[in-house]
Amino acid sequence: MTMQLQLIPPQYTVQSPEMLEAYRKRGGYSALEQVLGRNDRKWMLDEVKRSGLSGRGGAGFSAAMKWSFMPAEPSGPSYLCVNADESEPGTFKDRHLMERVPHLVLEGIILAAWAMRAERAFILLRYEYPNCRRILQQAIDEAREAGLLGQGLMGTDWSLEVVIRLGAGTYISGEEMALLETVEGNRAWPRQKPPFPAQRGVFGRPTTVNNVETLACVPLVIAAGVDEFAAMGSGKSTGPKLYCVSGHVKRPGLYEAPMTVTLKELIYDPRFGGGIRGDRVLKAVIPGGSSAPVLRPDEIDVPANFESLAKIGSMLGSAAIIVMDETVCMVRAAQNTAHFFDHETCGECTPCREGCHWMRQILDRIENGRGMEGDIDLMSDRLAAIEGQTICPFGEAVTWGLGSIVEKFRDEFQEHIRLGRCKYEAWQPAKEQMA
Amino acid sequence: MKLSEQTSQRIDALLAQAVRPREVLLVALELAQKECNYISPELAASLAERFGMTQADMEDVLTFYTVLHRAPVGRHVIRVCGTLPCAMAGSDGLVEHLSRELGVEPGGTTSDGLFTLHQVECLGLCEQAPAMLVDDQPYGKLTLQRVSEILQDYRRRSS
Ligand SMILES: Cc1cc2nc3c(=O)[nH]c(=O)nc-3n(C[C@H](O)[C@H](O)[C@H](O)COP(=O)(O)O)c2cc1C
Ligand code: SF4
Ligand code: FES
Repeated sequence: MTMQLQLIPPQYTVQSPEMLEAYRKRGGYSALEQVLGRNDRKWMLDEVKRSGLSGRGGAGFSAAMKWSFMPAEPSGPSYLCVNADESEPGTFKDRHLMERVPHLVLEGIILAAWAMRAERAFILLRYEYPNCRRILQQAIDEAREAGLLGQGLMGTDWSLEVVIRLGAGTYISGEEMALLETVEGNRAWPRQKPPFPAQRGVFGRPTTVNNVETLACVPLVIAAGVDEFAAMGSGKSTGPKLYCVSGHVKRPGLYEAPMTVTLKELIYDPRFGGGIRGDRVLKAVIPGGSSAPVLRPDEIDVPANFESLAKIGSMLGSAAIIVMDETVCMVRAAQNTAHFFDHETCGECTPCREGCHWMRQILDRIENGRGMEGDIDLMSDRLAAIEGQTICPFGEAVTWGLGSIVEKFRDEFQEHIRLGRCKYEAWQPAKEQMA
Repeated sequence: MKLSEQTSQRIDALLAQAVRPREVLLVALELAQKECNYISPELAASLAERFGMTQADMEDVLTFYTVLHRAPVGRHVIRVCGTLPCAMAGSDGLVEHLSRELGVEPGGTTSDGLFTLHQVECLGLCEQAPAMLVDDQPYGKLTLQRVSEILQDYRRRSS
């Protein structure tokens, strides 16, 4: 049975998710049947490689490549960690996947685990996603009942357990080396690389960390056809993609599209964001979460994919597209982001911990009208002191995310300092709808 | 504060399935917190023993993870998102409004012990900004009036 090349059929909602019977009707678990029937791991890795599937967690790293680092003849258990910690500002795609099509995620987990000879998959789920937890657990229970999980699943001599483990309210747990610590029940201070997770991961065993959406693509690679998957999109940006559009568009929401779609279309096309609310003028777009450098309106006519955004000095990241219209004060946007980083830095490296704190203080005073001559250069210095000096990429995220706002909207920072105040209005909640 | 027999058994069941005990520590802490409202020093000590951890080790975990409470919290915990998409949609105004209605600053608990108010980072509900979570229940597209109604609902249910 072939599947359509689609991650989330729109009829499924958190109130009425796609459970086992419905999932089977769209070809669900036929990929697993096919893969276990062939019983050829090299074939499966080749297929995933040929599909061009790139990681959806932020870095866009080849899934097949990552899996191939796992030992082919492990001398003990290997593990898969499913990164469901989704905490990048503006990101909600993994929540939609887990709430609406839990079995697609689960089949992806089983397939990936099989390819890597993993015997246990830890789903590291953020605490703030209780609906995901409930629905995923129902799907796991259904799958177990149907013989798709557990000892000797589907008549093989392989066994897989899928367990849900909790993140507990910290952004850094989503960074893969910190995620390993969280799964082990330690404070989430990222480990130094090397050793890489495939060498020494959870409890010292070979481990691979993959994002929820990456794994959800795997059944489609096999059951919708590897050629079809590779043909959708371009370059290393293949297959269907979920975009999280938030901020000042008429229709904020989750949109699925091939990675040939442009940022401009995602913001203005009636099928997606539908344009700027109140037909105001666009001011800025963050294309991939808070770590992605901000773009100006003249930069958005580019495909929203890994290569095109990298080429213009930004990144697809978590595909969280935060849209800001002309009413937005960019100093305040930077201030808000600095508060996020200062709150979420794990504090393990001095340049990151102190740099975040400095940025917060400087931005607070500029926004509050107490900015000083030289503050802009001071920020650039502080940010430069972080880049390349930290254990995990959070440091670079701070540098790139905040640095780009300061650089591209320098005038606004200067104006705040010159005027000694912010001339923009406060951000207010929407007025009540009149009945 | 001691765990009920039932929660204790659930933790035993988790431990029985774990590769190593620590794998289920955060899940167990969350279960314990659900039952006892917060992780008191005695509870922390008894759980540390159960997980074969030192007290310092346990302290390290409890101080790191922000959803774990080491002091009593209200019956309902309100978490209002303050990250950029929600901030642009007026979440500061919601927090002020809640603060006024509840008579507490963010981080505080009402004197009747019913609510604790927190402003937190992105809840992954950004398409519904401004958004908040009350215990396990997400709420989006909030207005001041809607927030007041939600509070009323919780008050009514608990009286
Ligand atoms: C600070 C930080 C936070 C991250 N948070 C997440 C996250 O919440 N979810 C996620 O999938 N990846 C996150 N990542 C990326 C992961 O480290 C890792 O690259 C990803 O899970 C790999 O999955 P993939 O290869 O399937 O994309 C984060 C990275 C950093 C530096
Ligand atoms: S870069 Fe920042 S978040 Fe990453 S380990 Fe260092 S202090 Fe922690
Ligand atoms: S920014 Fe508020 S839920 Fe994401």
